[in-house]
Amino acid sequence: MAVNKFPVEGSHIMMFARSIADENQIYYDEDYAATTEPGRVIAPPTFAQSSAQFDPDYFLRPKTGEDWFGSGKEATGIKREASGGGGGGGGGGLHAEQHFEYHRHIGPGDVLTAEVKPGKTWEKEGKRSGKLVFSETITEYRDQNGELVITARGVGVRTERPVDQ
Amino acid sequence: MALAAKDLNVGDTYTECLVEDLKRTQIVMYAGSSGDYNPVHTDEKFTKEIAGYPSVFAHGMLTMGMTGRMITNYVGDGRVTKYGVRFTSQVWPGDTLNSTATVDDVTDGIVTLSVETTNQDGVVVLSGYANARVD
Repeated sequence: MAVNKFPVEGSHIMMFARSIADENQIYYDEDYAATTEPGRVIAPPTFAQSSAQFDPDYFLRPKTGEDWFGSGKEATGIKREASGGGGGGGGGGLHAEQHFEYHRHIGPGDVLTAEVKPGKTWEKEGKRSGKLVFSETITEYRDQNGELVITARGVGVRTERPVDQ
Repeated sequence: MALAAKDLNVGDTYTECLVEDLKRTQIVMYAGSSGDYNPVHTDEKFTKEIAGYPSVFAHGMLTMGMTGRMITNYVGDGRVTKYGVRFTSQVWPGDTLNSTATVDDVTDGIVTLSVETTNQDGVVVLSGYANARVD
């Protein structure tokens, strides 16, 4: 997801830390954080993923006035014949891999950009879900000074049918 | 508290319970904070009737985030330099997850960990690695 402006904010970091059940005070308490080695509130290692919040076109967020594929009165809000499921996850496929390289730890006050570069694509035959199509994206997060702070590599997979349980 | 290289040996392990009986509400919290509102994580009706799964399931990134908590609790704040994972099995509401980091190498002030998170049935749901600076 390309993002022109991802302001890293304290309340967002606090909510993100709560959502991964991480009660470390460094994620919300400035006074405590000042006594730690980083010396300030920092973000948990996987926080960069929440840059999706700042992607105006992010397809996994409902938008006013547009059809949404989740349920309302019906099981899906997309007004066409359901294709009988499949797609292995509906809409986004499944997340197969995620890798982060940290050049510097980010915190409140940083304003990031995220530039996405396409990576490799490959296919594999899966035992539990039919043909698997993998695709890789590289995201470079830079700070307000244009310095690279995080390099992320994600691999998504689309399955022929839902994964057998 | 950061780790000291002199105290680390290849094969050392550190384990935490990440979550017991994962609640749907925790998954909703992750959707809200991350911005990933894919209905397969929060919308039971869609997930059963359209996507074809028995129930909603956790974001892989929720498992990666909770596993990251285990890593930062072990290596210390702001010490991680690399962290990567493969999502090997889905995580469902009600799951109990345990995660273990194992020291693979300590060289030039960097510890290399292999990381594995398993569910209550011993199924590996996430496997990966992390590098961190040590004293």
